[in-house]
Amino acid sequence: MSAKSKTYASFDDAVHDIPDGATIGFGGFAVVGMPINLYEAVAKQGAKNLTCVSNSTRGGATLPANGPDMGQMIANGQVKKVICAFTAPTRASQRLVLTEYVEKGLIEAELTPQGTLAERMRAAGAGIPAFYTPAAVGTELAEGRETRFFNGREYLLEHALPLDYACIRAYQADTAGNLRFRRSQRNFNPIMAMAARVTIVEVHRLVKIPPAPQGWWPQRPGSVG
Amino acid sequence: MSERAKGLSRQQMCDRLAMEFGDGWIVNLGIGIPTLCSNFDFGDKEIIFHSENGVIGYGPLAATGKEDLHLVNAGGQHVTLRPGAAIVHHADSFALIRAGRLDVTVLGAYEVAENGDFANWKISAKQQGGGIGGAMDLAACAKHVFVAMEHQTRDGRPRLVERCAIPATARGVVDLVVTNFGLFEVTKAGLALREIAPGVTVDEVKAATGCNLIISREVPPVRMVA
Repeated sequence: MSAKSKTYASFDDAVHDIPDGATIGFGGFAVVGMPINLYEAVAKQGAKNLTCVSNSTRGGATLPANGPDMGQMIANGQVKKVICAFTAPTRASQRLVLTEYVEKGLIEAELTPQGTLAERMRAAGAGIPAFYTPAAVGTELAEGRETRFFNGREYLLEHALPLDYACIRAYQADTAGNLRFRRSQRNFNPIMAMAARVTIVEVHRLVKIPPAPQGWWPQRPGSVG
Repeated sequence: MSERAKGLSRQQMCDRLAMEFGDGWIVNLGIGIPTLCSNFDFGDKEIIFHSENGVIGYGPLAATGKEDLHLVNAGGQHVTLRPGAAIVHHADSFALIRAGRLDVTVLGAYEVAENGDFANWKISAKQQGGGIGGAMDLAACAKHVFVAMEHQTRDGRPRLVERCAIPATARGVVDLVVTNFGLFEVTKAGLALREIAPGVTVDEVKAATGCNLIISREVPPVRMVA
């Protein structure tokens, strides 16, 4: 693919092709590495019946109550299902846009332990259909599900979580799609990129493809795309 | 002083747990009370703080105006990096947890049962959904699970109970619990009161606890920072 075809003039152009019914991962953790512009663009684009995967439907305490996070898309009626590590507020004083929609039965909320969420996408990106983990064994989340003992310890079967699209944020991209993340911006972002058929990234900085590495020390991009 | 605030301060509670950390331990602190463990003076001990978002080896909170907006711990606080720190993505961060490389996780809780079950992801059994975050992975996989919580709920009900009424986060995993009333250890025989907070009597602890306690003839006071 030519490098040029990978860059878009606007966030709106970048998300233009996302169809109804798509499964989309949104990266970020506690606002860092969160694709705020792509959240807004997908909310504007209007695709419906979306399954949205993210650590939380809320960006974090420092963002306004209505986003830019998944809240706007939920309020627009674009979301049929969320898969998150947080599907309820963690404090009585907090409100989630999601809660009202779940209570009315308009949205299905699948609650997944955070490490399991990350590993389900890592597995998808690595061609592994399912795996066993000790997380959530013995809890409400494991009720009626397949478990198995290995070396005397019980593990819960979890399935890979492939994505149609990953909407992520990085510090720098080159025009070939190689990404660099700053500090804790990495979080779910490179994992979602691996799990997705198509990755859409917003970046602080876009650079030309650097020369091929020479000698002993190769370039070390954070995520190869 | 209100009844609820009786005994140890939250910092004293966390100081007591932090005394148990060994040299070279990798430690994950949950949001809320447990974060105070990082204020403890570890002296010559090297403690590596791990955060779910892949920050391994973070240091104190960044000074106001010096925050790096791309660097937070799991609570969303802007932290600093200590020399030798590494940052990995979420799957590697939890690989470290799942593989049992974390020496201890200190978590907050709504309830801890005498058999080591605990609950911290759902406020009530009726609540739809919940906020698990990394707690189930941490609790199931860390070598030690410590809990720091108030001894009673705001309306005076015990948080140390025979069996959790709220959906559990993990079963039989808690080793140590500190509350404002003292330090408790989960043993095969049940929950033992190991140290008692100054100004609190054994009878007061028993009355505020929802399960049997193993209590030696003389319970020492909670060890404090000198």
